[in-house]
Amino acid sequence: MSEVLSLYVTGFLTYILPPVIVVSIVFFIGKWKAQGLAKQTSTAANAAGLHSRPPYHGAFLALVSFLPAVLVFLTWSIAEGPVIKGMVNNTLPASVTKLDQGKQDLITSVIGTIENGLNKLDQKELDLLKSASKGDQAAVPVEPETVRKLFESKNIILADNPEPYLLAAALKSRDLVQFSTYGKYIAFVLISIAAFLFAYSSIKLRLRARNGVETIIRWFLILASVIAIVTTFGIVFSVLFETINFFQIIPPSNFFFGTVWDPRFGWGATGGDGNFGQYGFLPLLWGTLYISIVALLVAVPIGLFSAIYMSEYAGPKLRSIAKPALEILAGIPTIVYGFFALVTVGPFFRDAGAVVGLEINASSVLTAGFVMGIMIIPFISSLSDDIINAVPQSLREGSLGLGSTKSETVTKVVLPAALPGLVGAVMLAASRAIGETMIVVLAAGIAAKLHMNPFDALTTITVKIVNQLTGDHEFGSPETLVAFALGLSLFVITLMLNVYALYIVRKYREQYD
Amino acid sequence: MEVQEEMSKDLSTHSAAVKRRMSQRLKKRQAAEKRFQFYGLAAIFIGMMFLVILFTTIIGKGWPAFLQTSVLVNVNLDPEIIDPTGERNVDKMMQANYTKIARQGLYAELGGKPKNRRDRKLMHNLLSRGVDVQIRDAVIADPSLIGKTVPIWLYAHGNVDALLKGAIDRNTDNSSRLVKDKQIAWMDKLVAEDKMVKRFNWGLFTHPASSQPETAGLGVALIGTFFMVIIVLLLAIPIGVAAAVYLEEFAPKNRITDVIEVNINNLAAVPSIVFGLLGLAVFINFMGLPRSGSIVGGLVLALMTLPTIIIATRAALRAVSPSIREGAYGVGASKMQTIFHHVLPLAFPGIMTGTIIGIVQAVGETAPLLMIGMVAFVQDFPTTPMEPATALPVQIYMWATSAERGFVERTAGATMVLLAGLFILNAAAVYLRRKYERKW
Repeated sequence: MSEVLSLYVTGFLTYILPPVIVVSIVFFIGKWKAQGLAKQTSTAANAAGLHSRPPYHGAFLALVSFLPAVLVFLTWSIAEGPVIKGMVNNTLPASVTKLDQGKQDLITSVIGTIENGLNKLDQKELDLLKSASKGDQAAVPVEPETVRKLFESKNIILADNPEPYLLAAALKSRDLVQFSTYGKYIAFVLISIAAFLFAYSSIKLRLRARNGVETIIRWFLILASVIAIVTTFGIVFSVLFETINFFQIIPPSNFFFGTVWDPRFGWGATGGDGNFGQYGFLPLLWGTLYISIVALLVAVPIGLFSAIYMSEYAGPKLRSIAKPALEILAGIPTIVYGFFALVTVGPFFRDAGAVVGLEINASSVLTAGFVMGIMIIPFISSLSDDIINAVPQSLREGSLGLGSTKSETVTKVVLPAALPGLVGAVMLAASRAIGETMIVVLAAGIAAKLHMNPFDALTTITVKIVNQLTGDHEFGSPETLVAFALGLSLFVITLMLNVYALYIVRKYREQYD
Repeated sequence: MEVQEEMSKDLSTHSAAVKRRMSQRLKKRQAAEKRFQFYGLAAIFIGMMFLVILFTTIIGKGWPAFLQTSVLVNVNLDPEIIDPTGERNVDKMMQANYTKIARQGLYAELGGKPKNRRDRKLMHNLLSRGVDVQIRDAVIADPSLIGKTVPIWLYAHGNVDALLKGAIDRNTDNSSRLVKDKQIAWMDKLVAEDKMVKRFNWGLFTHPASSQPETAGLGVALIGTFFMVIIVLLLAIPIGVAAAVYLEEFAPKNRITDVIEVNINNLAAVPSIVFGLLGLAVFINFMGLPRSGSIVGGLVLALMTLPTIIIATRAALRAVSPSIREGAYGVGASKMQTIFHHVLPLAFPGIMTGTIIGIVQAVGETAPLLMIGMVAFVQDFPTTPMEPATALPVQIYMWATSAERGFVERTAGATMVLLAGLFILNAAAVYLRRKYERKW
């Protein structure tokens, strides 16, 4: 415990505190200079004084001094890895660069291992390595064995005696990394100093420091909103990219129109006879839709009726208890629902089925759908509550004035008026149910089948994504890549539901506003 | 005349019939009204009943997890076994046979080592398989104990624990029961001597992963969740608030910003598992961050929380009265000064409430963390976010799918810990809202 604490304290003292101190000093230098200028001229003819208040000058000085240097430093850090890798690869003999991608990756990782090992060697051992890297041209030839044994003595295990070109590449890579690291820090310091001198000399009475600072802040705000947007594209492109990889191995017709889900695990190990198994998407889609329908059958009546009662009948007292209570259901993590389904609801349905003579699996469409229904009750009830409340009071009063009862007003006037919004609410809930993972992982089963029996297990898209990615499979194999194809399908389905539902809700809202 | 009389008679009988039918219909309509109200009440009642059932089930199953049966054993820390050379080398002392020490202590408590090999095995099975670690930790913490006989509370075996808690029925047949008659006799003896007691289970909060329920704890999971919350706070709040300020206050209202708005609303509704795929493809495969590390989990959860924070912040900014802005402009503040000095501080409670709701979602999230390999059996406590860790909900998932019966109560106990944490966060959000809420 104390070791960890001291690790964090030293980390703070070396990496966080010094930059903060330097930046603060620069800030105060700028502020003091501006204050000094203001004092000199406060009585003079220049009645306007400073354009910006002194702290803005300080912030201006600090930002202009360090921002360019930080940007250069970051760009350098991002670029150095690929650039160095490219330069190292250029030193490799042609026999290596002609190999396929997998073997090249292997060689790169061996070079990495050797490079990491270099740090553990002393100068004499390094010299030995240097002559070994020259191979036959070395003044004193080194036995290949000795290098491997040297590494073994430092707890670094190499599979083979390293070829001279590997050693040369590792040494070169290390030199480049060192050079680049020094270069990066030197560049940082030089750019900072130059920028500081420039900014310091530009602090004058009429310097528009506030405008400068505000422009920089504004760019930061734009950058932050760009990140939020980039996330969406990140999702789409990363998932799309892997999906395309998947469809290069498995034809899309196998995926989209296949009715059998039977991925062959471990095809790589058996050499891959070209038969990767079947990746039929339809059984998973069916399971997803079936379970979601069961969930909606549970949630829509309960959610809708409680929304109606709360908005049309309930007094403030009941409302103040029931509304938060139902909203608690929305705040419970889905893993808790999954556990509830696994240990309580599943066995309960199984036993209840046994009493009436029905064979109900503990993990079944019914269990998963029922528990998921409980989960989405609050979505439906609170959205419907808002929508019903948005129906203008005049419609209700007109109906009541004609002599209809309250329930007739609700069913014949309020609900038809609210219908588009309610459909939107149900669609939002449906998209929530389709994307739900933990309940179905624990309660729906893993059998990818096409059947109508609600008492038997079925599986969903999300369950299969989890199954395909939690095993130990090679990343490039179709067994794992299919998860991205499934994820993309899921994304598209839920996106369409959401866009349409939001469109309906918004359009409806405008009518009465 | 007759015709007229007949007609009026007709009319009166007719109107009587109408009246009768009217009153019948009215009754029906009023009955329908009653039924309708009943449906509404029933729906609310059912919804609340689900809530009650959910909580009672979890608390009913989970509370025993906070108690753990332990046995007070006087263990003789024999230097011959622990440190025969006497050099106090920690590495060598780590590898000593502490199980033997524990067993010898147990023999002494229960009247000698059983002759029969079968009985010996039964006696050994009273203790957890993790007791060697307990003795080892005590010795490493204080090597001066070596050579002394000290009383140590050792964990009982999971089955013994289950029997004392009533999860295993002691009245069933000996052959099919997990705890045999002989073991029960020993247990009764120890219980009578107050040497076998249910004690508060601190280990549930501190122990790392283990294959035995009695030594399994949430230690690694709590650290992992802590790291991830810190990362989410550091990334999602500044970026989210800044993005919301730009979109709400600066961005021109045109088609592009409309698209961005729809985009962010939809991002909030993307299934969480898709964010896990993003994390796997971008952070692990492309950027090469460590699999199972809480840094990746934190990044993924930060991206998930971002839309929630942006939406909440925009709502909070919109709720600040225009008179505040106009007042600030009136005394010559720039737009930036108006926003940062006047609008943002007033919107702060709303932003915090939205942020806490986002954090609550992130803390309870499981599916994306499964994608990025946080379902790992982690026995070493992570000291930095780069090291493998699990998270609270993931630990619940792992225990829920584990076959050992002792894990059911652990799972429910861990769920109670998770729900308690979320409850505190939600309470903080409600408090903030109540305290700082103002109407313009």
